[in-house]
Amino acid sequence: MWQLTKIELFKIFRKPRTYIAFAAIALIIFLIQLAMYADGNAYLDFMLQTINLSFDVEGKKLNGYFIFYLILHTLLIHVPLLICLVAGDMVAGEANMGTLRMLLTKPVSRTTIILSKFIATSIYTLLLLTFMAVDGLFGSVAIFGIGDLMVQKSDVFILIDANDVMWRYAAAYGFAALSMIVVAAVAFLFSVLADNSIGPIVAAMSMVIVCTILTTMDIPLFNAAKPYLFTNHMLNWKGFFDRPVDYAEVMKSAMMLLGHVVFLVFISVYIFRKKDILT
Amino acid sequence: MGEMIQVENLSKQFKDVIAVDNLSFSVNTGEVYGFLGQNGAGKSTTIRMLLTLIKPNEGSITIFEKNITTHRKQVLQQVGAIIEKPDLYKYLTALQNLSIMAKLSGVKVSSSQLKDQLERVGIADRGDSKVKTFSQGMKQRLGIACALIHQPKLIILDEPTNGLDPQGIADVRNLILHLSKNEGKTILVSSHLLSEIELIADSMLIIDKGKKVAEGKVAHLLNPANTLVEVQTANDEATRQILRQSEWNNALQKSEGIILKMHKQDVPHLVKYLVENNIQVRSIQPKHSLEDYFLSLTTSNQHVATYKN
Repeated sequence: MWQLTKIELFKIFRKPRTYIAFAAIALIIFLIQLAMYADGNAYLDFMLQTINLSFDVEGKKLNGYFIFYLILHTLLIHVPLLICLVAGDMVAGEANMGTLRMLLTKPVSRTTIILSKFIATSIYTLLLLTFMAVDGLFGSVAIFGIGDLMVQKSDVFILIDANDVMWRYAAAYGFAALSMIVVAAVAFLFSVLADNSIGPIVAAMSMVIVCTILTTMDIPLFNAAKPYLFTNHMLNWKGFFDRPVDYAEVMKSAMMLLGHVVFLVFISVYIFRKKDILT
Repeated sequence: MGEMIQVENLSKQFKDVIAVDNLSFSVNTGEVYGFLGQNGAGKSTTIRMLLTLIKPNEGSITIFEKNITTHRKQVLQQVGAIIEKPDLYKYLTALQNLSIMAKLSGVKVSSSQLKDQLERVGIADRGDSKVKTFSQGMKQRLGIACALIHQPKLIILDEPTNGLDPQGIADVRNLILHLSKNEGKTILVSSHLLSEIELIADSMLIIDKGKKVAEGKVAHLLNPANTLVEVQTANDEATRQILRQSEWNNALQKSEGIILKMHKQDVPHLVKYLVENNIQVRSIQPKHSLEDYFLSLTTSNQHVATYKN
């Protein structure tokens, strides 16, 4: 399995398309850092205008931790779209190229092939998030320095001591990784069903968008479905920045996301094992 | 000589289309087995079922005396294949493609062995070039190298000369003959060209609309006594009349033009007869297309024929 996974990773990182996501993330992080460097204080003043009337917040508010939180808040909504680019191509791309039939004439079981492809997709997703974390966090700390993290949640401001921040980011990274692997699993399932890359990429992106809209709309008709929508749980990485952290809620979301991954991968394997390769 | 492949009552249906219909055949160890049929006859579907890419609706496939469904991995370890055209990873180099295929086949090969393999198919100097820069012929050669990298006992080639220039076709033909005669490989090769199969195969199977039309030794199926010969003359009508009044009357076919079903060795006598009767013969040649062969089978009531030694 590991041998096959290494081959899949080798193929992923030899495709120019793979680097689009890395380039896009680097660009967005750079733009946010540039904007904050130029107008960060004005942005903060606008954000804090209600509490500045009653409170005097001291210390270095515009710091690397704050900038990275802002980056996470912005990027984790859009990264799923970038993940779909690679995950949607994993099986359908090979079917389109014709290499899938070559692959399946080799003495390796279909289950092993599909699982190794999914593991490689997950590793790619983790590397993308790691790149975002390293570039976003360490880059921002290098430019803006460190300080206490101020997080706005609805109409509440939470102030987290600088020494209490890093473990929260590590936990949020783990949770975000699980969320993004769910997105990868959705795109992967569509990829197993199709014989060209564009269809699964667009279908997976559409799925993420539709589910996100259903999650944000407060309409009774959709409320019953919300607890089961992966998009309803994906942004619960923010739970690690509560004081105190509601571990039960965060774990519930994590389990729901994990359940999605297991279910989607199981369906992908089942379909792939039954599929006639006609391309 | 044992049977390496045994196919029994194989059928596959896609919605309303029956692609393969109750097909049975066997391939002996060490032979080159030609698999003939026109486009859409069911050749590729059959080959895909042999390689487990498609699941049959009915029937069984046994390779190396093992059922392909239950012993897939063990069987495929000894099979090398190209299906239709060798689609490879275009963004990788030839050596990288070959290395991936070797690993997938479960064999460890050194870089010098990989280069030797490319040398064998005549593209050693392009090992570090990306496949997207290759011509169709070079891709075909690399595909063959990929199929042979793990030294399989059985090689399955689906239309291996498709898209190749005459030199490429000759090279593939020579490689197949070399693998068979010098390395003792068993080779199943499909084609829609009878002339191609005639040159390389020991036995052949002809299918049409998913059904077996004929199976047997090439030498028997392409019996020189039943050769279709097309004659072109200055005056076809006069020629036809003269032939009708001669010993060639029964050999004359009811098709367009002047076509006779006769023994190859009688061709000089025919020419002599026509010239003696003042017919100007422009050309005389055996017909070798699959359509002509179907015609010869049909006209001699040998449709669905089996010839075995």
